Amino acid sequence: MGDLANLTITQAGKGLRDGDFRSVDLLDAVAQRATVTEAHLHSYLTMDHDGARARAFAADEAFAGGEDLGPLQGIPVALKDNMVTLGIETTAASKILAGWKPPYDGTAVARLRSGGAVITGKTNLDEFAMGSSTENSAYGETRNPWDTNRVPGGSSGGSAAVTAVGSAFGAFGSDTGGSIRQPAAFCGIVGMKPTYGIVSRYGLIAFASSLDQIGPFSRTVHDSVALLEAVAGWDRFDSTSINEPVPNFGGSLNAGVSGLKVGIVKELMGDGIDPQIRAATIATADKLADAGAEIIEVSMPSTEYALSAYYLIAPAECSANLARLDGVRYGHRSSIEGTTEEMMGHSRAEGFGPEVTRRILLGTYALSAGYYDAFYGQAQKVRTLVRRDFASAYDQVDVLISPTTPTTAFKVGEKSADPIAMYYSDVCTIPSNLAGDPAISVPVGLDDKGLPIGFQIMAPALGEEVMYRVAAEVERLVGFDERPVLATSEVMPA
Amino acid sequence: MPVEIDIAKVAHLARITLTDEELEMYGSQLLDILEHAERVQALPTEGVEPTSHPLPMVNGFRPDEVGECLEPESFLSQAPEVEDGRFRVPRIL
Repeated sequence: MGDLANLTITQAGKGLRDGDFRSVDLLDAVAQRATVTEAHLHSYLTMDHDGARARAFAADEAFAGGEDLGPLQGIPVALKDNMVTLGIETTAASKILAGWKPPYDGTAVARLRSGGAVITGKTNLDEFAMGSSTENSAYGETRNPWDTNRVPGGSSGGSAAVTAVGSAFGAFGSDTGGSIRQPAAFCGIVGMKPTYGIVSRYGLIAFASSLDQIGPFSRTVHDSVALLEAVAGWDRFDSTSINEPVPNFGGSLNAGVSGLKVGIVKELMGDGIDPQIRAATIATADKLADAGAEIIEVSMPSTEYALSAYYLIAPAECSANLARLDGVRYGHRSSIEGTTEEMMGHSRAEGFGPEVTRRILLGTYALSAGYYDAFYGQAQKVRTLVRRDFASAYDQVDVLISPTTPTTAFKVGEKSADPIAMYYSDVCTIPSNLAGDPAISVPVGLDDKGLPIGFQIMAPALGEEVMYRVAAEVERLVGFDERPVLATSEVMPA
Repeated sequence: MPVEIDIAKVAHLARITLTDEELEMYGSQLLDILEHAERVQALPTEGVEPTSHPLPMVNGFRPDEVGECLEPESFLSQAPEVEDGRFRVPRIL
């Protein structure tokens, strides 16, 4: 049973129900995989061995007693460490939250537990999800499973890496500007950002509240649907969650793409995109055309301004959200003597890393008197233009496609000294966050360095069903089945 | 457009106590980022309404009923300093 860690969630679920193995065996398999891969990758910040074991035993008892809580019962999954977990240390990869054991579960976490999922632990991220490489973690960076000299992407780099190597069967992350789709592309797996409001943000440590969404990492499109279904739906603890029946995410997975209109976004296929990625995107579009889709070139001029608007809106919202970390109720308090206000200033200076500090300062500036209209106000108007571009595109087509990222995984340290170069790696993913629409990255090949290439499918709000329909067809047509060497049993501990 | 930023004032507004060297570094990085951000001003937006949120925001109402709450000890135990069931802070002035 040495290869259990390589099963998909669908396969693992079937094996559990057929009595081929137990949840405890699945947990042993991923824990064994982690003992090998973690020394190379550092993708987990915390592994909850005891809690996971208890949950796996509970799942096995449930199966034995004929109780079935759904597709995730007994399946080991990992959570990004900005998802609040009762009693399990939650740091958001920041020193300011070192040691924090939350007194509650976030809604997505609670739903996973009530669905019988086995939570393996908490994965590494850029501090407070601010970054595109997982290098901004206060606890050390995560490495890319395909080439450990490279970054896994970010901010949800840990969740992408564990899913890629099989130290969990799937994982959850959060996507504010591409933080699920970009690391999924870099790690050769499926990563999906739902429509804003589909998954409750209660218990997701807030970065930019009008953009943040929790979503799944998986090795297949089918698994992505199962993970999303487990956490989706209205929640009274989140005033921004959509109070409507959730779409039938997986209702058309086998419908093919015949008759669908697919728009390829001209502005996301320009010179800034690596030629090999452009070629892979066109080749995938050609396959969709052969399968009966009509491919139409679509122009969305405002997407060229989306990145600039995002880097005003997101810091502005983060500067407000992170004001709560002041050393009073939880988190780090400075030992420097002084007044309460001085204590707050020192606690925050000691607790926040450079990227978080930079964004808080930028956001504070962009919101300050005299500059609000020129920066934040203007960025919000650009956001309207981005939404209009999407709306008129969706008048013509059912879904939009583009590369997920302008490059494949870059080297550790390559962009960490240049914030603007780092920000550019989210150029293709940010527009969907500004619009609030769903989007998914599906792996479609490797470049000449052996690094995965991601293909993005975007759909209108609540259009998850057609988005997954196209994603499933891309998966079938491309047949990407490469796995990183670290996902095999032959690798020795470092 | 800003040719310079009063970074000390910004840091004070953000309640982050930085050294002079840090202020200088962040000040110059912010100028670089804002130069990039100026691109948003190139787009004509006359008459365009701002979007602050992707969804139409409506208040959610519920009956005002007593429900389950966290026990105080569950969060007080996570505080840097407590006294008599309250969060304790240093002197205010």
